[in-house]
Amino acid sequence: MHELPQQLANGLALGALYGLIAIGYTMVYGIVQLINFAHGEIFMIGGFGALTAYAALPTGTSLLIAIPIMIVGGALASVAVATAAERFAYRPLRSAPRLAPLITAIGLSIALQQLVWQFYPDAKKAVSFPEFKGAAFKITDSLAIQRADAFVLILAPLCMLALGVFVQKSRSGRAMQATAQDPDTAKLMGINTDRIIVMAFAIGAAFAAVAAVAYGLDKGQINFEMGFILGLKAFTAAVLGGIGNIYGAMVGGVVLGLAEALSIAYIEDIPGMSQLGGGAWSNVWAFVLLIVVLLVRPQGLLGERVADRA
Amino acid sequence: MRHRSLLVLTTVITTGALTLTACGSRDEAKTGDKSDGKKTVVVIGVDAPLTGSLSALGQGIKNSVDLAAKTANKNNEVPGIEFKVEALDDQAVPASGQANATKLVGNKDVVGVVGPLNSGVAQQMQGVFASANLAQVSPANTNPALSQGDNWGKGEYKRPFKTYFRTAATDVVQGKFAAQYLFKDAGKKKVFVVDDKQTYGAGLAAIFSDEFKKLGGEVVGTDHVTVKETDFSSTADKVKSSGADSVYFGGQYPEGGLLADQIKKTGANIPLMGGDGIQDPAFISASGEANEGDLATSIGYPVEKLPTAKTFIADYQAGGYKDPYAAYGGYSYDAGWSVVQAVKAVVAANSGKLPDDARAKVVEALSKVSFEGVTGKVAFDEFGDTTNKQLTVYKVEGGKWVDVKSDTFNQ
Repeated sequence: MHELPQQLANGLALGALYGLIAIGYTMVYGIVQLINFAHGEIFMIGGFGALTAYAALPTGTSLLIAIPIMIVGGALASVAVATAAERFAYRPLRSAPRLAPLITAIGLSIALQQLVWQFYPDAKKAVSFPEFKGAAFKITDSLAIQRADAFVLILAPLCMLALGVFVQKSRSGRAMQATAQDPDTAKLMGINTDRIIVMAFAIGAAFAAVAAVAYGLDKGQINFEMGFILGLKAFTAAVLGGIGNIYGAMVGGVVLGLAEALSIAYIEDIPGMSQLGGGAWSNVWAFVLLIVVLLVRPQGLLGERVADRA
Repeated sequence: MRHRSLLVLTTVITTGALTLTACGSRDEAKTGDKSDGKKTVVVIGVDAPLTGSLSALGQGIKNSVDLAAKTANKNNEVPGIEFKVEALDDQAVPASGQANATKLVGNKDVVGVVGPLNSGVAQQMQGVFASANLAQVSPANTNPALSQGDNWGKGEYKRPFKTYFRTAATDVVQGKFAAQYLFKDAGKKKVFVVDDKQTYGAGLAAIFSDEFKKLGGEVVGTDHVTVKETDFSSTADKVKSSGADSVYFGGQYPEGGLLADQIKKTGANIPLMGGDGIQDPAFISASGEANEGDLATSIGYPVEKLPTAKTFIADYQAGGYKDPYAAYGGYSYDAGWSVVQAVKAVVAANSGKLPDDARAKVVEALSKVSFEGVTGKVAFDEFGDTTNKQLTVYKVEGGKWVDVKSDTFNQ
C-alpha cells in the first residue's frame, strides 16, 4: 500500500480534469435540459486553439507567460464554436422533441472531429503540445506530483470558486439560476433567456478550454479524438455528482478520478479478484460505482431537484 | 392534386429506370470490343484506416499501392491490362472493414485487395473474401491466427482461408525476436508487460512474455490499457513500484507514446519496448522528449537502407504524395506488386487476355509469386505468410528511430 498517496494524487488530478469538463455538461443541462454531447469536441477545440496561440508566440517564450495566453486563445476558439453551435444547431430545435437536439449534438461532435482532422495542419495524428520543463515536485519518498498535475490541482478549485461567486452574486448569475428554475417565468420577469443560454454554453466552453490546456501540458500532446472518451467520462462525472449542480460536477469528477486510479492499483490485490483489476477494468469499476450511487441517490451526490425533467 | 403528383412520380421513376437500363446495355457493349486495342481495366482494392488516429499509416498504404499500380501501367507490366486502385476507409473498425470487403467483392473489376492494417479488422474481412474467392494481401497484419488458424499456439497449423496472404511477418517471429533482444542484447531481466486488449497487442504481448520467461527472464507484472484513453498514470506508477527494469507494450503508437511518457514521468528511467505498431515517428513526436532509449521491433530491414528500395523511395517522392509512406509503405508496394505479378501470370497463361474466373486464378497465382521487391524477396509459404523473416530493432536516439540491429529470424 506504500504507493497509496501517489495513486490518490493521480486520481485527484484526473478527477479535477473531469470536473472542469463536466461543468460544461452540467450548466447546459441545468438550463436547457440538453445533454450537449458535442462538449467533448468543444474541449478538443479549446486545446487546438491554445496550441495555435502558443505557435503564434515567439519561440522560447516562458511557459509562465505563455499559459495565460494559451488559455485565452483556447477559450476564444472553444467559446466561438460553442456559441455558434448553440445559435445554429440547438436554438432552432429548442421546441423540438428532446431527442432531436441530442442527435444533433452527436452529429455535431462527429463533424467537429472531422473538421479539425481535415483542416488543422498535421492534426491527422497527435500533435505535440508544450510541456512543463523540470522534474516533478517530490513531496515524500512515495509521493511526487507532476508539474502539470499541480497546475490542474491549483487551477480547478480557483475556477470553481470564481464560478460559484459569479452564479451566486452577480446579476447575470442570478438570472441564470432563475432561468434554470423556470424559463417561462424568468422570461416574464424580463430576463433575456436566450442570452443566458448562450452564456451557459460560453462558460462551459471556457472551462473546457482551461481543461484542455491542463490536459495538453500534462500529456505533451493533443489529438482530434481526445474529446470523445474524456467527454463521456466528464458526462459521467456530471451525472455522478448530480447533473445541473455545478459543485456536483467537480465532486463527481474527483470521485470518478479516484475510483479509476484506486481500482487500477488495488482491485487486483484483493484475493480472488486478480483477474478483475488493472487498467482493463477501471472503467467497469467506475461505472459500477456510478450505478451504486444512482441506486441510492438517483439525483446524484449533490443533486437537489428530483429528476422531473430528465 | 394527389393523382397528379403520383403521375409525376411514376414518370420520374420510369425515366430513371429506363436511363439505368440504357446505361447498363451500353456498358456491356463496351466490354465486348475490349480485344481490339482497348485496355482491360483491373482494379486493386485497398482497405486501410484513411481517417482516424491510424490514418498516417493508412495513407501510406494507399499511396504505396497507388504507386505500384501506376508503375505497372507506366512500364506496361501486363500488356493489355490497366491497373486502377479503389481505396476504402475502414477507420480501424472491424465492422467497417467487413462492409468494405463486401463492397469490393461487389465490384467485378476487383481482382485483388491490399489491406487491411489491423489484424482485428482482417479477421472480419477474411470470410467475405474467401466466399468470393478474392485474394487479399495484407501489408501489415501480424497476428499468427490469421494465416495459421486459431490453434497455432498448440502447434496445430491449419490455414483457415486460402485467399489470405501477407507481406508482413507474424507476431510469433516479432515477439520472440523482441524477447531475445531485450534479454540477451539489452540485458534486461525483469519486464512489466502491458497490452491494449486488441487482437494485435494482446497476441504480441503473450508471445513476448512466453519467450522472455523461457529465456530465464521474469515478468514482474502485467496490466492492460484501453484504446483511445490517454491517462495511464496509475498504470505507470504500478510499473514503477514493481521494480521492473523494462516495459514491453503490445499495442499501437497513440497509447504507446503516452504510456512511455507517463512511465518516464514517474521517475522510473526504464526503456519501453514494443512492436511495429509503435515504430512510428508519432510515437516520439507526440509525447515530448522523454522517449530516449525506447525500443521497437519492425518487420524487414529499414526501407531506407535496402538497395532495392531506392527506386521506391525516389518514385514515391516524385509521385507527389501528401503523406509519407510510413512504416508499411514498402510492404504495401510489394503487396500491390504481388497482385500485379499474379495478374501477369494469369493473363500470360490465358493467351494475353483476362480470363472469366480471374479472381480464382489470381489466388492460385499469388501462391507461386516470387520476385525481388522493395523489402527483399517476396514470396508466400503454404499458409500465405511471407517467406521473408527479416526483422530490425529500432531505438529512439536524439528524437528519432535509429535501427540498432537487423537480423534474419530462423526458428
